Amino acid sequence: MNPALAQQLIDFSYIAAVVGFILALKWLNSPASAMRGVVIGEIASAVAVVATLFDPQVLHHKWLIIALILGAGIGIPLGMVKMTAVPQRTALSHAFGAMSAALIGIAEYYVGTPHISKFEMAEIGLEVVIGSLTFTGSIIAAGKLQEILPQRPITYKGQNIVSLSVLAAALALIILLVFHPEYTHVFAAMVVVALIFGIMLVTPIGGADMPTVISLLNSYAGFSAALLGFVLNSKVLVVAGALDGASGFILSVIMCKAMNRSFTNVLFGAFGQVQVSAAKGAEERTVRSASAEEAAGILGAASKVIIAPGYGMAVAQAQHKVRELYDALSKRGVDVKFAIHPVAGRMPGHMNVLLAEADIPYDKLVEMDEINGEFAQTDVALIIGANDVTNPAAREDPSSPIYGMPILDVDRARTVMVIKRGMGAGFAGIENPLYYMDKTLMLFGDAKNFVGSIVRELAGSHG
Amino acid sequence: MPADFISNLYVFVLAAFLGFELIKRVSPLLHTPLMSLTNALDAIVVVAAIIIAGRHETRVSTILGLVAIGASFSNMVGGFLITDRMLKMFKTTKAKKP
Repeated sequence: MNPALAQQLIDFSYIAAVVGFILALKWLNSPASAMRGVVIGEIASAVAVVATLFDPQVLHHKWLIIALILGAGIGIPLGMVKMTAVPQRTALSHAFGAMSAALIGIAEYYVGTPHISKFEMAEIGLEVVIGSLTFTGSIIAAGKLQEILPQRPITYKGQNIVSLSVLAAALALIILLVFHPEYTHVFAAMVVVALIFGIMLVTPIGGADMPTVISLLNSYAGFSAALLGFVLNSKVLVVAGALDGASGFILSVIMCKAMNRSFTNVLFGAFGQVQVSAAKGAEERTVRSASAEEAAGILGAASKVIIAPGYGMAVAQAQHKVRELYDALSKRGVDVKFAIHPVAGRMPGHMNVLLAEADIPYDKLVEMDEINGEFAQTDVALIIGANDVTNPAAREDPSSPIYGMPILDVDRARTVMVIKRGMGAGFAGIENPLYYMDKTLMLFGDAKNFVGSIVRELAGSHG
Repeated sequence: MPADFISNLYVFVLAAFLGFELIKRVSPLLHTPLMSLTNALDAIVVVAAIIIAGRHETRVSTILGLVAIGASFSNMVGGFLITDRMLKMFKTTKAKKP
């Protein structure tokens, strides 16, 4: 085939791929059509990859095929992880995506140098810096989510100034390279500085802020791919990167709104100060606790129950026991729904995936804004492993660090039950007045075991 | 400013707007699969990695390209696989009853 014709056919395959990508996202708007979206996305990607292998510029296929097979060999196990491991898997895939974008930019630099125009150098510099910092940032995020690294924020005095200086250094090196693209050691230094900045960016961020950070890293990974598209003049990368970047950006905005915080607030760790002020507010107050038997009695007699799950449910792997509870109560004619806060868990939509995995029908999973009006007509609100997202202080106490954050109005239900290991405060270290209300029953214990005992009690009293 | 840059910028701006409009409509129920799907789509950088490695210009660029192929293709395969698994779990009340 003549090379010009081959190039045109490849371009057409890329246009077809872009159409597929857009349809894939469009069909993801509802669970009913989402599967179709995945299939069209797979076809689109496959078409683009196969077409590229026939590109006349591609000379040696043997190593490419080996690299593809190795990639698939890594990808398949990463695609088969348990649903509880999805947040860290996602962070890891941001790292891989950003790493490949950065590596291609680096390769492009070494091939092109010193014959690189100022403009190209600026593009490559920015692309490699964003890709590199997203790579290390995502690795740190994955480490925190996998609990290899501590989930609590790691902060020190003057941190923001140090971090911003490192970022400024990376930008200064880009500017130097624009004027002297032949300084390969400066390029190497720029990569190293960007890698360090990525570590510094995510290390101070605590576990509860992970949904925002993971979305932000998603956005960076997307935009680095789009920038790579500018560098290589590849429209398919520009489109895919823009779509991914836009998606991550929207999710970050949704997460920030759900925590009533700004981007800068999340990134520059304002929660460090919060812990100090919250600690001194704590005082001795009494709580009412209840046994599984009592809880089962109240739940079984209810006509409407709303369950509010949080990260604690994921940690305790309690979702399958929660399904048994859902089944047991539904069988008795109790109306059971789930209230999903946007930042419950460690990534956007985390709770929905866990509950769907446990076979809970998705029409029972209700978003915060839709379900909040229903709590007043609810007999029991059962909170499993959630804390800050149910804290009424966010609504009522202007001095609370989380004041203004939208919450699940669980305190409006007739009875509130909280399954919790002990009286420890949440990740933000903030006291929760919900636990001291007269209508609140604390169910102390491991979420999985406690829900299991409630299910047994319900079964016993039924038969 | 190179002409290519302007045409790429057009494409970028249009795609980003389209992305905003499409993603706003994605149900919050599916935000996790959304992230894994966009990851898989973003892994299309593998085509750039194939070109870089396949052109075989220098040893360094070939090796970097090959590593990039492995990393991005693992995202493509893993991303689609896990999205597919997650979406199969979403069932309605009606679908669940035999």
